[in-house]
Amino acid sequence: MTGNKSPLRRAFAPIGAFNDKMRDWWEGANLWVRWAVYLLLIIFALTLLPSPQFATFMMPGSDWVSTLIHPIGTFILLAIGLNVVVGQAGLLDLGYVAFFAIGGYSLAYFGTKYGWNFWATVVVGILLTGVSGIILGAPTLRLRGDYLAIVTLGFGEIVRITANNTDEIGGARGITGVPHPTLPGVEFTLRDAAPYYYLMVGAIVLVIILSRRVEKSRVGRAWAAIREDEDAAELMGVPTFKFKLLAFAMGAVIGGFGGAIWASKVSFIEPGNFPFILSATILAAVVLGGSGNLPGVIVGAFLIAWLPERLRFINEYRILIFGAALVLMMAFRPEGLLPSRRRRAELAEGTGGMGSMGAEVATQTTVEPSEVSK
Amino acid sequence: MDNFLGQFGPATVGGLAIGSIYALVALGYTMVYGVLRLINFAHSEVFTIGGFAAVGVFLMVGVSAPVGGFALIGLLLLTVLVAMAASGGTALLLEQVAYRPLRKHGSSRLAALISAIGASLFLQELIKLVIIPHVFGQSNGAIQLQNMPRVIDKTPLFSIGNAPIRLDHVIIVVAAVIMMVLLDRLVNGTRVGRGIRATAQDPEAAVLMGVNIDKVVRTTFLLGGAMAGVAGVLYLLYFENLDYRVGFVVGIKAFTAAVLGGIGNLRGALLGGFVLGLVESWSSIFLGAEWSEVTAFVVLVLVLMFRPTGILGESLQRARA
Repeated sequence: MTGNKSPLRRAFAPIGAFNDKMRDWWEGANLWVRWAVYLLLIIFALTLLPSPQFATFMMPGSDWVSTLIHPIGTFILLAIGLNVVVGQAGLLDLGYVAFFAIGGYSLAYFGTKYGWNFWATVVVGILLTGVSGIILGAPTLRLRGDYLAIVTLGFGEIVRITANNTDEIGGARGITGVPHPTLPGVEFTLRDAAPYYYLMVGAIVLVIILSRRVEKSRVGRAWAAIREDEDAAELMGVPTFKFKLLAFAMGAVIGGFGGAIWASKVSFIEPGNFPFILSATILAAVVLGGSGNLPGVIVGAFLIAWLPERLRFINEYRILIFGAALVLMMAFRPEGLLPSRRRRAELAEGTGGMGSMGAEVATQTTVEPSEVSK
Repeated sequence: MDNFLGQFGPATVGGLAIGSIYALVALGYTMVYGVLRLINFAHSEVFTIGGFAAVGVFLMVGVSAPVGGFALIGLLLLTVLVAMAASGGTALLLEQVAYRPLRKHGSSRLAALISAIGASLFLQELIKLVIIPHVFGQSNGAIQLQNMPRVIDKTPLFSIGNAPIRLDHVIIVVAAVIMMVLLDRLVNGTRVGRGIRATAQDPEAAVLMGVNIDKVVRTTFLLGGAMAGVAGVLYLLYFENLDYRVGFVVGIKAFTAAVLGGIGNLRGALLGGFVLGLVESWSSIFLGAEWSEVTAFVVLVLVLMFRPTGILGESLQRARA
């Protein structure tokens, strides 16, 4: 790899070295140390992170707790969900925002039309997004990687345009008065962000546990096999289609959950909330952080949500900078800031789930499977 | 049904015009995909740049009333050349910056597609934040050509059945077909074209036979970009407005057209463009124009499900196209 000599690649080297050291320590740490770290992180998230002292540094002159919920919290939730699809199963989904929208709209619609309770509606919304993930996945998951990307992009746009053109769900004006959650002893209102913050932390912890458990299970191993070489996985007896569908459904469910919490926090939903650029931003978070590695993805989502809010002067140039960052990142560090080792090795090999672009031209060693069969 | 029959003629003419534009943009997707197996996501912005280059020419020349005759032909030739240069240059730069480094490392296709999306977002914002305010002095990210004097007369020339045909319809369809024929001749009849076809068919063997791959890739981007530039000019003539996001929708539809005709197939792109333009135009009689994007996406999904090789088949990689 000639690219290792480039200065930009070397500039990233300290991060990589630190990351490796942390990982070695983590691998060697025993169960009690790990639990202590988890506990400390949760305590940090519940007490120190939203505290005013922290706010003056992180977000002077603005509502830090609200920012922590949206965009930071929602971005983290969505990035964890998209990471299941992109990072773990290696399927490029460019319409992820559709599931966020479906989750939000389910809550808004059933809550305002039928007056359903928040918790019941969240469950219904999650089921609906899971089903919509399967509806999208069933016809499209037989496609090759980049075709799949375009079709998912189309799905995202279809959902947005349909919401915009359907008067039953408010059309372009959207739905107001989305119900707040109800809990005995806690009052969720528009004015007080704190209860929503704890709800968000709870949701993120829940989703992290879910994602971690699945990753370490047989399902997670099947996803890794599909990501690395789908044909080989199929030959080894992995029912690839079923597992890809499961990845889509699980990603969708997490996205829908995020959408429901977000819609209830802002209490208002409209089609304009779900542009393609939001899908691209979440994808950028996953990729910049280190696709496939949960801590990396969370850090990536945090940075991408927080930096434009903190540095208001770049807010206007936010998307411009994202775009340039994506291009640079792919050229110099395609594995992201904090990659998983396995993912980094895959990318160095040039596989990473979708075969390699132009590798046959650059190195003249590999031939596309499709070409062999012709 | 009366409604449908009454609108069928005009919708057909409109569908052919918009279909020609899709077809020209689709060429860029199809050629790059044929050679690199890459969806050049930023191709839509290459198209937008062509449109803005045309606005620049119109402003520079200072068109004050609809022009006709030889003046119109001269103006259009100038505009098309400038737009082709602007779009072709952008496409070359794009290849140089966003794709070449990845190609050299043999990166994964996922990385390439993400880089393409990044480049697309970057160009879009560049047009919105830099080009429109600083070059054209507009602040809202859009350019309305209606506020300027018309470039071509839009009164009907003649009609076929109940469908009035305007000069811009004729220019768009004729220009698209001429460009297609030229490109077809170039790819099928010249040495450069042989290199492109060879690379698309088997890159490894092409290298062994002495084809300069880098040159082929550059040529492919340049040609595709130039075609998108022409499409940008035609789009501007037809709709008389532009904004920084216009490429996104046109790009998606053009990609659909490329897949519909058979990706990698030049003649397929033309056919796919016309078919998609017509389907969209006819369906909006029933459903209304606000669903036209949905129609295009549904067509894309159906084609990919039932005939992923498209109407004419993927053929740039075989010897034919």
